[in-house]
Amino acid sequence: MLRRTVATQLRAVVGVKNCIDYKLKAKVKDGKVQKDVKHSMNPFDEIAVEAAVQLKEKGVVTEVVAVTIGNEKAKDVLRVAMATGADRAVHVTADQATVDNLETLQVAKVFAKLHEELQGDIYLLGKQAIDDDQCHVPQMLSALLNVPQGTFAADLEVADGKVKVTREVDDGLQTLEMSLPAVVSCDLRLNTPRFPTLPNIMKAKKKPVDTKALADLGIDVTPQTETLSVAQPVERQGGGKVADVDELISKLKNEAKCL
Amino acid sequence: GKVLVCAQAGPKGVTPSTLSTFTAASKLGEITAVVSGKAAADAVAQVNGVTKVLYSEGAEVEHGLAENFSNMVVDLTKANGFTHVLAPSSAFGKSIAPRIGALLDAQPLSDVSDVLSEDSFERATYAGNAVTNVKVLSSVKVLTIRGASFDKAALGGAAETETVASAESGLTKWVSDEVSSSDKPDLQSADRVVSGGKGLKDPANWHLVEGLADKLGAAVGATRAVVDAGWVPSELQVGQTGKIVAPQLYVAAGISGAIQHVTGMKDSKTIVAINTDPDAPIMALADYGLLQDALTALPELTEKI
Repeated sequence: MLRRTVATQLRAVVGVKNCIDYKLKAKVKDGKVQKDVKHSMNPFDEIAVEAAVQLKEKGVVTEVVAVTIGNEKAKDVLRVAMATGADRAVHVTADQATVDNLETLQVAKVFAKLHEELQGDIYLLGKQAIDDDQCHVPQMLSALLNVPQGTFAADLEVADGKVKVTREVDDGLQTLEMSLPAVVSCDLRLNTPRFPTLPNIMKAKKKPVDTKALADLGIDVTPQTETLSVAQPVERQGGGKVADVDELISKLKNEAKCL
Repeated sequence: GKVLVCAQAGPKGVTPSTLSTFTAASKLGEITAVVSGKAAADAVAQVNGVTKVLYSEGAEVEHGLAENFSNMVVDLTKANGFTHVLAPSSAFGKSIAPRIGALLDAQPLSDVSDVLSEDSFERATYAGNAVTNVKVLSSVKVLTIRGASFDKAALGGAAETETVASAESGLTKWVSDEVSSSDKPDLQSADRVVSGGKGLKDPANWHLVEGLADKLGAAVGATRAVVDAGWVPSELQVGQTGKIVAPQLYVAAGISGAIQHVTGMKDSKTIVAINTDPDAPIMALADYGLLQDALTALPELTEKI
């Protein structure tokens, strides 16, 4: 097997998505999620950006490229990524309706297409976007590029052309080793993202953003799914109170009958 | 339809989330299962409703290595004309289903909570704040199944087992597993769960949560905040990005009820909240809210229950 023994110039590519802010509770009205609210970077993508920037600070990677797909407003998350330490960005543009209807497989195809030009050595992506909650794109990109995947990364070590990923699995941790290029999906425990400083926010404004129209990438965006309905879930009826532990035990025994 | 279920079984038998996946599969057609290893195949063969269990004894599909397992499933799907490929919404299922979808050029769906028809499914988005019904148009439907939303399939069957080939993709090498050993019930299948949050104030108080859990025969859960603070391991996390649970009884001690936590437990049958803050969101959700410090309420409850 061919091994990279000499330290080469590694490039990290991070995906960032502009989502409804994680502190807000999404509301459904007339069969649609109300999107006219504060947006911010998907929290898992913040972790991915931080992971990439840390690899650069350690001298493991030499360049960090942030990528997003979205309308003009989505550029905000690219600025945040660059203020955190990404060197440059690629903005794949499309109108809001197209972006809203984009399926995860199509997103993965966009990243696979960009790989032809970006030639990323390590793709760091959030494990899940907190809007569609699908948890798909990293695994799909890995499959499309036929490169290894390290999902739900809680720890990451890149050395000698290999990456060791410690993953959060159902009953503990699993460590895998893979060659580069590879795709890593970032979980909560990987790091704590830093806040961009004001000087870095100013500097980020001068960093280059390469804009590409989604329509020019040759990705088939014919949907493979059709949304039949979107509804607010039935709210749980709660709010009952008990005065003390004795009343609680009595209610659990006699009313809820679960003791 | 013809359904292929990517199943998991370990020393404790078929995993609870796999059993729920079989129940979802039973609504879609004839069920074939695929697993890694003969022991797992023998366990899965006992699940009611399974007609055949395919298994590979190859080292390449041990440890659930996603690249190799996915390739095997894709080959089986093409060769046998499966119409549906299902996997549990576990770390394993979530690692393989999107790969399988990408390799088949079929858009998958995650965390399906209801099967509406052979091609239409319900799933939650936005941390459970929107319920979406989706029709899948691709010829193969690739789904992961939310365990808490389906009953567990019963045992008692005796399906035939058959070996199949798997191959080494050469992409990923397994290094080690670090399995947390616990004598407590499994969080995702327990009838009772006692969870603790930052209201416990100090990791030294965590034994109060475990004490009540032991008394109730319950599993222990935790909020993201205490997991992030390093009080407990991450596999105890209940929430949008942790485990989704729906036990008969859920006790939330010192938990405020952040959106992402509530997503993981709001389908519990009876919810008890112990909190000093009457305005905590968990209080509006709970059947029984006890306005008391968890540090005093938990030991009292453990003693009197």
